[in-house]
Amino acid sequence: MEDINEYIRTGVLELYVYGALTESESAEVSATLKQYPEVKEEVEQIEKSLLQLSAATAPYNPEELIQNIKQKLSGTEKVIPITRKKSNLVPYIGWAASLLFLIGLFVLFNRNNDLQDSVQALQAENAQMESQIADARNNAEKSEELLAMLRDKNIIRVPLKGQQVAPEAYAMAYYNKENNKTYIDAKDLPEPPRGMVYQVWSLKMQPLTPTSIGLLDKFEEDDNKIFELNNDNLSEGFGITLEPAGGSKSPTMEQLFTLGTVSST
Amino acid sequence: MQQDQLIAQLQEGNERAFERIYQLYSESIFGIIYTITRDKSVSEEILQDVFLKIWDKAPSYNPEKGRFFTWILNIARNASIDKIRSKDFKNKQLNLKSDNFVDILEAKSNQNSKIDAIGLQKYIDILEPVCKKLIDLLFFKGFTQKETAEKLNMPLGTVKTRNRVCIDKLRATVV
Repeated sequence: MEDINEYIRTGVLELYVYGALTESESAEVSATLKQYPEVKEEVEQIEKSLLQLSAATAPYNPEELIQNIKQKLSGTEKVIPITRKKSNLVPYIGWAASLLFLIGLFVLFNRNNDLQDSVQALQAENAQMESQIADARNNAEKSEELLAMLRDKNIIRVPLKGQQVAPEAYAMAYYNKENNKTYIDAKDLPEPPRGMVYQVWSLKMQPLTPTSIGLLDKFEEDDNKIFELNNDNLSEGFGITLEPAGGSKSPTMEQLFTLGTVSST
Repeated sequence: MQQDQLIAQLQEGNERAFERIYQLYSESIFGIIYTITRDKSVSEEILQDVFLKIWDKAPSYNPEKGRFFTWILNIARNASIDKIRSKDFKNKQLNLKSDNFVDILEAKSNQNSKIDAIGLQKYIDILEPVCKKLIDLLFFKGFTQKETAEKLNMPLGTVKTRNRVCIDKLRATVV
């Protein structure tokens, strides 16, 4: 007992609590402490006073910080010192990532718009091509049809030469007696003035009797300028006159553009 | 015995034991850290690190080697010293010259309410200048007995016995 009090009085216990002893000295004190309750009691008193002294130097009681600490306790125990250092960076990385993401979205959005525009342009172009192809096919069919008609063995070609009013004018009549059709190729006729129309006449010669077989309607719009007319007359010749829109009952001879006779073979 | 059980529970990963340990030690540890760093927000940061470390390393605490309080004291002092030696802390250009814990007590005593001030003043009044130096180095700064002896130009044995007297005085003020 006497020895123990002596031991306590050396001041070794204070140094022990501070952690100011060497490792072996500390281990010795720990052993003594286990053995003597008085020593333990003494150490606890020293601790108590030091706890109070150091608590007095705290700027405030940090009791609320336990909540922060507890959040970090579960799950991440081993990596806490590392995550703490990283924790400053993580939000920046987060922001940077979302910024990049937004920029990416914007770029993609723009590109998507561009692509959509060009898709629309291509679609329009495509539609145009399709209609051109359809037109071409139509024209081809028409041409074939036309060719077939002109090759018909019953066709009689009747050249219609330019007359006084229009010496340069020229037309060709294809006269088919069998199917009562006559085709006029008016490629070399000048365009009729506005409000006027060409009228085609079937002619009988002795005496000269003109019979209207039709108008060259929509002259400007017709591409190949070949007109199909019904003609059930026994024609000996054809004449084309310029008449007021709608045509006339009898030809205006002053406006006779072309004229030709069916050569009797 | 109670204390030993609490530590054993902490070592088993008992969160409630951890909370209790925090209640018992956090303010003191905060004071230690603040005495070294003199920066409140840095001290909060270190305090959190220290307690996370206590939680993580609790199983490695060995009572044969020393007191639990001493163990966490070492963690706190080491963390604080690491911090003030780090580049980003030095860049703050804090004035750490010869300050010791007594400055903090005096500053607090001037600011705080009368009752607190009386409590703080008693530490300031009762401790002789040598005691203030001894306690500052040994307790707050974690100097060894030998380092303290060299720093204060004092025989090794004298450090031990003088300090004992100082702590006795301190204990006399503690109820």
